[in-house]
Amino acid sequence: MSKYYQNYIDELESEAIFVLREVFAEFQNPAILFSGGKDSIVLTHLAKKAFYPSKIPFSLLHIDTGHNFPETIKFRDYLAAKLDVNLIVGSVQEAINEGRVVEEKGHQATRNLLQITTLLDAIETHQIDGAIGGGRRDEEKARAKERFFSHRDDFGQWTPKNQRPELWNLFNAKMHYGEHFRIFPISNWTEMDVWHYILREGIEIPSLYFAHEREVVWRNNSWIPVSEFLIPLKNEKVVTKKVRFRTLGDITISGGIESEANNIAKIVKEVAAMRETERGNRADDKRSETAMEDRKKEGYF
Amino acid sequence: MQIDKNQLLRFTTAGSVDDGKSTLIGRLLYDSKSIFEDQLSNVAAISKKKGFEHLDLALFTDGLRDEREQGITIDVAYRYFTTPKRKFIIADTPGHIQYTRNMVTGASTANVAIVLIDARKGVIEQTKRHSYIASLLQISHIIVCVNKMDLVNYSEEVFTNIVQDYEEISSKMMIKDVRYIPISALKGDNVVIRSQQMPWYQNAPLLHTLETIHISSDTNKVDARFPVQTVLRPQSNDFPDFRGYAGKIAGGIFRTGDQVTVYPSGLSSTIKTINQYDELLEEAFVDMSVVFTLEDEIDISRGDMLVKSNNVPKVTQDLTAMLCWLHHQPAKPKAKYIIKHTTNEQKAIIKNVYYKVDIDTLKRNEEAKEIEMNTICKVQLRTTLPLIIDSYSKNRTTGSFILIDAATNETVAAGMVV
Repeated sequence: MSKYYQNYIDELESEAIFVLREVFAEFQNPAILFSGGKDSIVLTHLAKKAFYPSKIPFSLLHIDTGHNFPETIKFRDYLAAKLDVNLIVGSVQEAINEGRVVEEKGHQATRNLLQITTLLDAIETHQIDGAIGGGRRDEEKARAKERFFSHRDDFGQWTPKNQRPELWNLFNAKMHYGEHFRIFPISNWTEMDVWHYILREGIEIPSLYFAHEREVVWRNNSWIPVSEFLIPLKNEKVVTKKVRFRTLGDITISGGIESEANNIAKIVKEVAAMRETERGNRADDKRSETAMEDRKKEGYF
Repeated sequence: MQIDKNQLLRFTTAGSVDDGKSTLIGRLLYDSKSIFEDQLSNVAAISKKKGFEHLDLALFTDGLRDEREQGITIDVAYRYFTTPKRKFIIADTPGHIQYTRNMVTGASTANVAIVLIDARKGVIEQTKRHSYIASLLQISHIIVCVNKMDLVNYSEEVFTNIVQDYEEISSKMMIKDVRYIPISALKGDNVVIRSQQMPWYQNAPLLHTLETIHISSDTNKVDARFPVQTVLRPQSNDFPDFRGYAGKIAGGIFRTGDQVTVYPSGLSSTIKTINQYDELLEEAFVDMSVVFTLEDEIDISRGDMLVKSNNVPKVTQDLTAMLCWLHHQPAKPKAKYIIKHTTNEQKAIIKNVYYKVDIDTLKRNEEAKEIEMNTICKVQLRTTLPLIIDSYSKNRTTGSFILIDAATNETVAAGMVV
C-alpha cells in the first residue's frame, strides 16, 4: 500500500480545517457557537490550527442560559483569554427579564428552548452571517441530514425538505440580506472520533468531563446534579456519587454517569464500551420522537 | 483499534423504493454492533407499535418527521460506523426519480456505490439510472447487492441471471470495478455474517468487502494541484513577514523546493516551506490541508491555483461538461449563472446543449435542448474569466463545479468537465 494516504482522523481534521477556511473566506462576520462543551472546544482547536500563525479570525459566541455549571464559565473565560479571541455572550436571563421569552414551569422546566430566541437575537445584533457549530451528524437523527453549510431564512429557520444540494467540497454560501448560515465543520465526526482527537492532540477540556464526586439525584435514568436551579422532589434522594458528564448542557438537564475515568485515555476506553448514545442522558431530546428536528427548524443549534 | 492506520471509506447506497436500502444500512449498523441500546429500545418500541414481528431496521436511518410518516427516505442521511479495520460514512440516498439530485449529492464524495437490486424484480430501469449516475460521478467501485434472496429460495440461478443482466448494462458505462453479492438485509445473510443458506456463493460478505476494498489508488497522486483558499498574513511580532497560502491539496504530491506555477497569472516560484500548524513538512499529498510559503513575493489570492511547473492544467474560458440539473426551475436560455469551481467563482453562460441523456435508455437525444430538473446533458459553457481545470475523469476536485442562480442563490446544477 502506498504511504500517500491519510488515516481517518487526519482526513477528518483536514476536512474540518478546509471548511473553516472556506467560512473565513466566504463570510463577513463569522462566529463560533461556543458552549464550553467538548465539540465546540475541538472546533476552536481546529480553528487555531487552520489559521496558524494568524489568530483565530472568529469571535466566540456563548448563549448563557444562566443555568450553567460554574466550571463551564470558568473554562470559557480561560480559553478566550488564552487564545486572545473576542467573546460575545448572549443572555437568556436578560431575555426573560425583558419579557421576550417566558420561563417553563414545573420541576422538569429547562431553559433549553428559550436559548433559541437569545441565539437568534445575538446573531441579529452582532450581524453574524456565519454561525459555526460543533453539531455532528451522528448525534441525532435530524442532524444526520444536515449540510456542512446550512442555510437559515430571515426568521433563522431551517427547512430540511428544501436544503441546497451539497456536492464534492463546493459550498454555496450565497444568501440574501437578513439570512444566515450555520456551518458544521465536524459533521462527519462521531463521539469516538472527538475523544480520540482530544487524546491525540492533548486538548484541554473542563473538569466536568472527568470523574469527580458530586451531589446528585436519580432522574430520567441519569444522575442530575443538585444545584440552586434544581430542587429535589420528595421521593428523590440526594446522594454523593463519583460521576462524569458525557455532554455538557445546562446544569438542569445534563445527566452524569457513574465513572472512575479521571483522564482522557480512560474516557476513550469507557466511551468505546458504552451501550447508550451520549444524548441518551439529555432530557431535552427525550421530550418527543422528533424533539431535535422540531427545535432545529425553529433555529436551535 | 489502530487509529493511526485506519482509513475512511465513504459509500453511497442506491436502489428503488422498497429495495430495502434503509433495512440494509440498519442491518450493517446492527450486526456490526454500532447501535446503542437507547436507539435499539426506541426502534423496538416503534416496531411493536407498528405491529411488526421483527425489528424494523429501516427506522435506524429514517430521520425526519415526514419520512417517518410516509415510510420513505426523502433526503440524504449520513450514517457512521467504525469497525476495527475502517471508519465508514454512509450517504443513504432516496431512490425515486424526483430525488435524483440527492443521489448525485451522495455519489459526489463516495469511494464505493452499493447498488441494490430486488432479487424478485431483477435489473429494472431504476437500476440503470442509479448505475449511470454512479458511473457519471466516477465512483471507483460498485458493489451490486442482490437483496431479498430469502424470497427467491436463495436461488443461485436467480442471482446468476441478474449478474448477467447487470454485466450487459454496465458494459456500456464507465465502471471500472464491479462486484456482486447475494444478500438478505432482512435476515442478515451475507451482510456482516456469511450466509448459511447460499453455500454456492464463495466470496466475502458485504462488510468484509467494504473493509478490504483498495481505495488508496482512487485519488490522483500524479497531477499536483493546490487551489488557494486564503492568504495568511499574521503581521504579528513573532511573524512580521509571514505570508502563507492556505488550502487543501486537490491532487498529486508537493515537496519543499518544488518549482510551482501560479494560475491564472502564470508566475513561477519555489516552495520554501510546507506548514501544517506549527510543523514543517518535507512533502504533502492530495487531500491534506496545509499552508505553503514561497521563495518569491508574488501576487496570489483566493481562487488562484498553484501547480507543479512541469505538469500544468488547462486554462480556459470555454469548457465542455456533463451537467446535472438539480433545481425544479428549468435552465433559462442565455442566462448568466455563478459558477463555483475549486475556490474560484466566475459568471458563466450555457452556450450550447450538445445532447441530453435519456436516462432510461441511456441514448443521446441531440434534438432536445431544454434543461429541467434531473436533466443530464452535455453542454458548452463560457465563463467571464478563465478557469483552471482538469477533466473530471482525471481529477474529481479540479474537474467539478456547481452553478448557482444569482437571483435565488440556489444551487441549480452540478457539472463535470469532459
